[in-house]
Amino acid sequence: MPVMNIIEAINNALHIAFETDDRVIAFGEDVGFFGGVFRATVGLQEKYGVERCFDTPISELGIMGFAMGCAQMGLKPIPEIQFADYIFPGYDQIVNEIAKGRYRTGNQWSNGMVIRTPYGGGIHGGHYHSQSIEAQFLHTPGLKVVIPSDPYEAKGLLLSCIRADDPILFMEPKRIYRASKAEVPLEDYMIPLGKAKIAKEGNDLTLIGYGAQHHQNMTAAAEAEKMGISVEVIDLRTLNPLDIETITASVKKTGRCVVAHEAPITGGFGGELTALIQQRCFLHLEAPINRCCGFDTPYSNAHEKRYLPDSPRVLISILETMKY
Amino acid sequence: MRSTERMAMKFETISYLDLEGNLPSGFKHDLSDETLIRAYKIMQLTRRIDERMITLQRQGVVNFVIGSRGEEGCSVASAMALKPDDLLYFQYREQGAILWRGLSAEEYSHHMLLNEKDPSKGRQMSNHYGSKKHSAMTVSSTLATQIPQAAGAAYAMKIQKKDMVSLCYFAEGAASEGDFHAGLNFAAVYKCPVIFFCRNNHYAISTPRKFQYAGDGIAPRGVAYGMQTFRVDGNDIFAVYDITKKAREICMRGEGPVLIEAMTYRVGPHSTADDPTRYRKDEEVCDWDPKCPVLRLKLHLIKKGLWNDEKDKAFKDAMHQEVEAAIESARNTPKPSLETMFQDVYADIPWNLQEQYEFLQALEKEKN
Repeated sequence: MPVMNIIEAINNALHIAFETDDRVIAFGEDVGFFGGVFRATVGLQEKYGVERCFDTPISELGIMGFAMGCAQMGLKPIPEIQFADYIFPGYDQIVNEIAKGRYRTGNQWSNGMVIRTPYGGGIHGGHYHSQSIEAQFLHTPGLKVVIPSDPYEAKGLLLSCIRADDPILFMEPKRIYRASKAEVPLEDYMIPLGKAKIAKEGNDLTLIGYGAQHHQNMTAAAEAEKMGISVEVIDLRTLNPLDIETITASVKKTGRCVVAHEAPITGGFGGELTALIQQRCFLHLEAPINRCCGFDTPYSNAHEKRYLPDSPRVLISILETMKY
Repeated sequence: MRSTERMAMKFETISYLDLEGNLPSGFKHDLSDETLIRAYKIMQLTRRIDERMITLQRQGVVNFVIGSRGEEGCSVASAMALKPDDLLYFQYREQGAILWRGLSAEEYSHHMLLNEKDPSKGRQMSNHYGSKKHSAMTVSSTLATQIPQAAGAAYAMKIQKKDMVSLCYFAEGAASEGDFHAGLNFAAVYKCPVIFFCRNNHYAISTPRKFQYAGDGIAPRGVAYGMQTFRVDGNDIFAVYDITKKAREICMRGEGPVLIEAMTYRVGPHSTADDPTRYRKDEEVCDWDPKCPVLRLKLHLIKKGLWNDEKDKAFKDAMHQEVEAAIESARNTPKPSLETMFQDVYADIPWNLQEQYEFLQALEKEKN
């Protein structure tokens, strides 16, 4: 089985999607001839033609509105927003139009599409190449949000997203685009949406994360293990729909929980997870649910190492939670 | 060179039908007598439904109405020039087009009263019609978002090699949104078969045109984006029909999108939530009375011997009865079920929506 990084796995998934469904098209800034600034769409234009994979003018709202029209005519668009930080000119089209399309037309039309966008910090990108924007989109009925954590996950989840009937925001952890490597089957496979992955089993505490953060969580769990703390690590994979069953079963078993994400703590998805777990697992909890997240500041380039909830900080959160 | 000279791009307005209902001698068109009579009837139907809905809003039966008085020529004549499958993207003041497509007064009323027969299941405001079987995309309140969508739909039609165009309505106020610029640019770059139809109706709610743009209207922007552009008298159905038909031919020849700026006037208020006496004079509105698109077509039909007062009265009596029966039917149709509130958010209902629906059902049971 070949070893791939996340970019290669995404590129492989896109080639399979193009090969197996001629309704699939991909476009965005620098996506066509050049194959994307991160090289995710390499070879698609060459193999499937300029009509199916093409460059767009620099206008995120244009990309999103155009994608919606394509979807309404029965195509399966995979628009790319070059960096998640630049998605906001398209916010109205995504939130008011794409996400609500099925609902407000009474299911006469729908907007099945996959909006691919690299997100997250750790690449010295400053504020405008580092943000984690998932919370802004999780507050949007009608839009699913999927965040893979490694190459195997990225390929299987992306193929599921492309074959789903709903609009999906697929956020790619760009910090580990190339650093994360895994064996990835060349054949077509899908990982179902709405199923979290227990990446490591444990009995003392449940640690929940997604995307690049998941790797920090795994490192912190390994460190905790050395200290005699058995941590169960959950990689959410899909934030909406959320696998509430896996989460509650784990927390009922461990009685303790830490939620970690890069995005600012206030109003972040960690707050939602905390509320859901608290409501469902209250009588099983031994300690308050802890959040280990980004600070409520804009993203600081000079201090990004301190901004990110890296594994030492996650470990501190684990130890705090174990004190109760 | 003075700056005003550099900005000298001026668009002439194409107009054929004069205020007395005459066409220029030698003017040829391919509209049959039956089609012209139907155009007149649909414009009158549109006007009547608008009037009745406004009354029903005052009576508390309908929440909200956007009338199209004075602009029926734009919507009906542009739809006449298209094929029935061509996909319409509305702003919200184009009910004439969907009625031209064959949506009945009864279907329209079901939507306006937001009952269980409304295709949108009562989820949006009234006047947000849409019908897939009439190839007419559901209205959304957000202005101009339909413009890049229409471009994308047309791109799909092009690569699917369909004999199809999309036509996108909007008005001069919406053309200030970024979506307008992105939509026209994308359409021109990929030569999408889309007709951008701007109703320049002088007002965006209360804001007059002088606060929307400083140039010569919307038309020059089409040229700047690299597409064929026309300005027509929007109250002349012959001009609107002729230019929209030409635009469709341009699209189908693969020459790319077309912008049409139709000059018209919003005779009524923006909506039932608006009071135009606060920002414009009655005399200004009265100036547009003789330019009325319905009146001009009627005069033309009379001159051609196709219409007379007797026929007009008989038609209106029957049409008014049809509209009353339609409203009655809509009033007697129940609201959509509670279940519909939770459906169609996604293709399938996720656990959280299922839980919330069950919670609401339990509350309802307690009430009863």
